[in-house]
Amino acid sequence: MTEAATAATDTTDTDALVVLTGVNKWFGDLHVLKDINVTIGRGEVVVVIGPSGSGKSTLCRAINRLEPINEGEIRLDGVPLPAEGKGLAKLRADVGMVFQSFNLFAHKTVLDNVMLGPVKVRRRNAGEVKKQALALLERVGVAEQANKYPAQLSGGQQQRVAIARALAMQPKVMLFDEPTSALDPEMIKEVLDVMVELAQEGMTMVVVTHEMGFARTAANRVMFMDEGKILEEAQPQEFFTNPKTDRAKDFLGKILTH
Amino acid sequence: MDLLPQIGEMLPRILDGFLVTLKLTILSLLLSTVVGAVLASMRVSPVAPFRAFGTSYVNVFRNTPLVVMFIFVVEGLPQLGVRPRFTTLGLGYFEMYAIIALSTYTAAFVCEAIRSGVNTVATGQAEAARAVGLTFGQTLTHVILPQAFRAVVPPLVSVYIACTKNSAIAAAFGVLEATGQLSSLIEDFPGSVYLAFFLLAAGYMVLVFVLAGLSSLVERRWAVSR
Repeated sequence: MTEAATAATDTTDTDALVVLTGVNKWFGDLHVLKDINVTIGRGEVVVVIGPSGSGKSTLCRAINRLEPINEGEIRLDGVPLPAEGKGLAKLRADVGMVFQSFNLFAHKTVLDNVMLGPVKVRRRNAGEVKKQALALLERVGVAEQANKYPAQLSGGQQQRVAIARALAMQPKVMLFDEPTSALDPEMIKEVLDVMVELAQEGMTMVVVTHEMGFARTAANRVMFMDEGKILEEAQPQEFFTNPKTDRAKDFLGKILTH
Repeated sequence: MDLLPQIGEMLPRILDGFLVTLKLTILSLLLSTVVGAVLASMRVSPVAPFRAFGTSYVNVFRNTPLVVMFIFVVEGLPQLGVRPRFTTLGLGYFEMYAIIALSTYTAAFVCEAIRSGVNTVATGQAEAARAVGLTFGQTLTHVILPQAFRAVVPPLVSVYIACTKNSAIAAAFGVLEATGQLSSLIEDFPGSVYLAFFLLAAGYMVLVFVLAGLSSLVERRWAVSR
């Protein structure tokens, strides 16, 4: 109780949802996250950009402990991430995750993919969950595919199902780990449209992406990472027009010229 | 020499023998599949002591000759005062010992067959399951094992076939299953050694064909639902 109280006063933003303090991670000798301190507020949309190998995906995956960290602390809604076990599973249920490679359950239909979590984790009534799942599939525009298997869908459709699957858990925060990097150009838009809509509805989102257009339209804040460090944090307008570090200028120069 | 009356005389004894073989095999397969599945879950578990136990079990029992297992169980366990608490399906103590030896041994191979199937499932599947909030056990039972199953069928059937044939070792330990009947048939019909052998071989082939047939049936079933 007192611990939670101090944590609340420690952070200037009392409505902090995800707080990373002094986070360090190594893969063997490779220092992939260097002293990361980040606070993400409720309803905030944070876009993480940076070159390959900068640690942005690792940062995103650390938030629901798919990647355990070596040092520091990650708090979600005031609660430190528990170690592996039932407590962690419970916490992960509140964190939606969308992967680059979709990772839909290959042996289950689209509808069953969306229903699995609410039924098995939340132990909710299957009939009621089905209604909600169909509504979610409708919302992301793949309701007609409900009874198909993931392999029968296009990449863009699969990724939208993956978003619906995550939303079905009614998460507090959604993590997107390069959600459009495995998609054909014309499918990128259909996924981004869903994400923009989600952002406008006030979902708290952490998005690792190379889609600068999305960052401009939907993000409250852009974080630029390189070599495991957060080099810059700014509002998108500020970051894209007036990057402070040379590394960010160089990076933006390369990706925005073509 | 008339074949038919001889076959007529041998057949009931061979069928008796195969009935015992069938009971030994089915019970051993059931037991080793359950134990093997638990061991495989342990070997892929995030809990280090479980992994260590699973690995040690496989190392010990997969690398020990089956005859050694039989001698240990049939002759060693009674010395230690360990006796089967119960017998079933009209089987005696020796048959129960044979089942213990066979299934302890076979479980190690079942474990490895299942584990190889688990490894064919992409890691992203488990990550997605965990990200949704499923526990380790739920991830295994709802996401990994159903997908591993299809890849597991062929290697698992090989293990089952080996187990069926391995049950013949019980003959050397006083169990009158099919192979045990062969010795007594050779004694009683010294002029028909070949006939006795071929009848027995045919019996084992039928058993194995049935197993293989069932497996391709299962494989086809699962191929469609994907």
